[in-house]
Amino acid sequence: MVKITIDGKVLEVDESKNLLEEVLSHGEDLPYFCWHPSMGSVGSCRQCAVIEYANDEDERGRLNMACMTSPREGARYSIEKASQFRAQAIESIMINHPHDCPVCEEGGECHLQDMTVMSGHNYRRYDGKKKTHNNQYLGPFIGHEMNRCITCYRCVRFYKDYAGGTDFGPQASHDNTYFGRWQEGPLESEFSGNLAEVCPTGVFTDKPFSKHYVRKWDLQTAPSVCAGCSVGCNTNPGERYGTLRRVVNRFNDEVNGYFLCDRGRFGTGYVNSDNRIKESMTRKSHDADPYLASTEEAKAQLQAMAGSAIGIGSPRASMEANYSLKELVGSDNFYAGISALELGMSKQILDIYGSRPVNVANVVDIEASDAILILGEDLTNTAARLALALRQSVRNLGKQMARDMKFPEWQDAAIRQLTMDRKSPLFILSPHSTRLDDIAAHVQIGSAADSANIGFAIAHEIDSSAPAVKGLGKDEQALVKTIAAALKEAKQPLIISGTGSMSPALIDAAANIATALNTEDKKANIALITPESNTLGLALLMGDSTASLDDAMAGESKSAIVLENDLYRRAATAHVSAFLNGIDQLAVLDSLKTKTGEQANLVLAAGTSFETSGTFVNYETRAQHFYSVFKPEASIRPSTFWLSDLTLAEITQACAQSIVGGEGMSHLTPDAEDLVDMKGMKVPRQQHRYSGRTAMRADINVHEPKQEQDEEGIMSYSMEGISALKDATVFNTAWAGGWNSNQSVFKFQSHTGGALKQASNGQCLIQSTAKDKTWSEISETNDVASDFQAFPLYHLFGSEELTAHADAIQEKATGAYIALNEADAEKLGLQASDGVTVINDGNNSGSVPFIIRSSIAPGSVGISVGLAGLDLYNVAGSTLSLEKDNTWTAPTNWKMNNIIVSDKGAV
Amino acid sequence: MNNLIATTAIKARQLTDEEIHEIEHEKTHYPYTQAVGLEALKIVQKYQGWVSDESLLAVSEYLNISPDELEGVATFFNMIFRRPVGKNVILLCDSVACWMLGCDSLKAHFTKTLGIDYGETTEDDLFTLIPVPCLGDCDKAPVMMIGRETYRNLTTDKIDEIIAEYRSKN
Ligand code: SF4
Ligand code: SF4
Ligand code: FES
Ligand code: FES
Repeated sequence: MVKITIDGKVLEVDESKNLLEEVLSHGEDLPYFCWHPSMGSVGSCRQCAVIEYANDEDERGRLNMACMTSPREGARYSIEKASQFRAQAIESIMINHPHDCPVCEEGGECHLQDMTVMSGHNYRRYDGKKKTHNNQYLGPFIGHEMNRCITCYRCVRFYKDYAGGTDFGPQASHDNTYFGRWQEGPLESEFSGNLAEVCPTGVFTDKPFSKHYVRKWDLQTAPSVCAGCSVGCNTNPGERYGTLRRVVNRFNDEVNGYFLCDRGRFGTGYVNSDNRIKESMTRKSHDADPYLASTEEAKAQLQAMAGSAIGIGSPRASMEANYSLKELVGSDNFYAGISALELGMSKQILDIYGSRPVNVANVVDIEASDAILILGEDLTNTAARLALALRQSVRNLGKQMARDMKFPEWQDAAIRQLTMDRKSPLFILSPHSTRLDDIAAHVQIGSAADSANIGFAIAHEIDSSAPAVKGLGKDEQALVKTIAAALKEAKQPLIISGTGSMSPALIDAAANIATALNTEDKKANIALITPESNTLGLALLMGDSTASLDDAMAGESKSAIVLENDLYRRAATAHVSAFLNGIDQLAVLDSLKTKTGEQANLVLAAGTSFETSGTFVNYETRAQHFYSVFKPEASIRPSTFWLSDLTLAEITQACAQSIVGGEGMSHLTPDAEDLVDMKGMKVPRQQHRYSGRTAMRADINVHEPKQEQDEEGIMSYSMEGISALKDATVFNTAWAGGWNSNQSVFKFQSHTGGALKQASNGQCLIQSTAKDKTWSEISETNDVASDFQAFPLYHLFGSEELTAHADAIQEKATGAYIALNEADAEKLGLQASDGVTVINDGNNSGSVPFIIRSSIAPGSVGISVGLAGLDLYNVAGSTLSLEKDNTWTAPTNWKMNNIIVSDKGAV
Repeated sequence: MNNLIATTAIKARQLTDEEIHEIEHEKTHYPYTQAVGLEALKIVQKYQGWVSDESLLAVSEYLNISPDELEGVATFFNMIFRRPVGKNVILLCDSVACWMLGCDSLKAHFTKTLGIDYGETTEDDLFTLIPVPCLGDCDKAPVMMIGRETYRNLTTDKIDEIIAEYRSKN
């Protein structure tokens, strides 16, 4: 820490940071454009200028860019004295900028607007013709309005440098500088949506939001958690007139920082879709005509089932909803709603987290890791935000080089120049090439069983007390040595695996490696990815019970309650149909119409995670509370309402007490003490500038209705309440005086880019205190003797059930398919437009299109997961053969160009 | 690194043996292939006269540099032509000294006699007219270049002569 003086004020600042972030951390206002807390400095926009004085006598000083300045002990600076320069810089930036904020989508949350006002520039002398550009079609997610560009280069620095995108860049120079693709077309990066937040002006916009646009201040928002995968990124969704309008990032330094993936951002259209169940329906028997049930009637019918019914829970329903179902039907009658294999692996992960001397890695840990091994998890498609974090991990070598040369870590461009393509080592064991291959030191193609074997061998190589593997080939042995050495040498090694490969052995191998790496002063990082937003939560709730969906289906019960779950996505079709046919009384609570719901006698309209509050437990066992953003129509109720008479807070507390490590779950929302501090005021969901409240329903009735009440929560559906900048204890939309854009988040951070001052980051429920090394034994894998070994292929767009219902996601998704390498395709005599019939255990599972992927090993076939047309559960674990289908024509949902992969060989 | 499955309908053309030979030679000068991008574009332009989309893709595939990266390079440098140009590219200086000494009237003369504006090519594909900033010969302004040849102290008569000379050569 050093002491500096700014405009007479003495501040204590961190000299390893740059002056700009330090000044901001002290709550001062200093404009900037090109610097970003996660992306460092390049000093290109000249907006953060300050005067630096050589000594006490110096009166004139010299102009310096704060973002490019290391604070010096005792130095004197002035923000004030450089204000004229900053105003001029803005004036020149604005020469080509249009003067039409009122019709610009960024207006009202525009960093350029804020900085222009802050710089004091208010009259533009230039009255010549402005340079104009053509815009490009960039796909269903991102709109393009190039005329608004101020050439700060943030978009490129995010898209290419930070996120590793290759299909976007700057073109031309000076007045003609252009940011786009070399040819029009959908952006390929899975993180393109962040452009809308990173760009300080209105060049890149959220396209689905544009279709039903409202200003930031007119959105009703709440702190929410993405339900798209097991990462649980923090989001800030916004609603107006009863429809969900958009999702933006909500900062949480330990989970997602400043960024989201495109599934989370653009996958919310299902909330407004026609596919919603809006009213509860009931019928006497399977084939009778259903009729509408009143709220009371529906709830009474459901409650009456308690006693005889089994309950089938869900990994996409909240802790509270699952717990309420468990209470309603009784623990003995509660089944997890996922396959025995998946439940087993989830419990295996919980066990590893709790009993091994390892550290479960959050996003900060991941970014700090300097040697990484991925075992069979296609991260970009199963936990995308973490793939983005890994792109930062491999830069640690460069950062180390910079430290050795004694220059600061925020010198982004300089470090990239210094490092060129040297990277911290990343090793990937996978059955196919992945989207992280470009940053990998080595990619080893092999089946899950092969990868697990290599993994076990690595563990043994690092610590000889770990079980040894027999029969590895020479090349594999060499690879084992290389990887083991790199992991051992690393300051902070990281092992990633998960349920994606559907292989418990692989997870065991990962656990053994992380365990082996444990030394007295260091725990290895491990991250084990689960499929859905609350998979680990569900596994925790199961306690000692192993009752899976398979068990439920094998049982004799004639009555079942299914919570937010389409069983057809979780088991073979014939199996599920047989089970449901045997049920006399089937109740389904869900937000969307599903095949399971179609067969119910009683359907209850349940709220989505945007309309209800609750807790999800992510891949780290981090419990996070999400607040409902808005109240849906009266007939739609939270699942907890249907299942229980308790208030949500009561359910949360009861649930917390019922699970191991649940204590942490009971402190996610402000407690009594906080409420005293808040003087009985609630936290508003609407901004103080929320407009038209008295008029928004005037077409129906000129009387302003009473504001919606949130009887239970500590948030209100109104503008009134405690100001967010005061100690509101929940972090909703970022806004501060003079800072209308999302950049205002630094006002809520204890240090720019660091943890939030208020609000919960969530609580990890399981934290291992284990010291002793224990090992998983190497299990015999008995692969089915089959022409082809099947492995799952995940798609960020389409594989997840709920988000797949969003129109924007559909545009980027495709129908089911299989993937083969060239040789196998040739053997089967396949041509570009052929279909392939998949035969499992002698049964015809239908025909699907195929693609050729050169990375896939001969004899392996990739099968898409969750895409319409072929169900992985119908073919998994069976003998598999493929045949050319001569009469096949491509289905309309087959959009091969949407498959973005990194190996060659499109057909 | 592997190539992405391209979502573009444009297909790369085949680089010629000469082009490949020269690109390979350039590669020996640099530790990173990315650095060869610009030289490769120049080589292609030398043989093809300009850099078509097909050529850009060919270089992109050959050097394993994304087309977007190459496009950034190609468009940053004015002398890489991403549109077809005539056999002779006239680079007329329009900077201060040349402007003071009448480059505007020379430009008008070109437009009158050749029928082309800046950025345009004559119908017979013989000439393309492009403005450039200072050619470093201000004391002999106005100045222009055609190919590797610099022409100084220009007048309309002199221009007519030069044009006639080029016409007779082709
Ligand atoms: S498009 Fe936006 S982020 Fe990119 S350079 Fe222009 S203003 Fe900056
Ligand atoms: S990484 Fe997962 S949790 Fe995060 S935004 Fe994407 S889908 Fe949502
Ligand atoms: S923020 Fe410092 S120069 Fe752009
Ligand atoms: S201004 Fe034309 S050569 Fe210098």
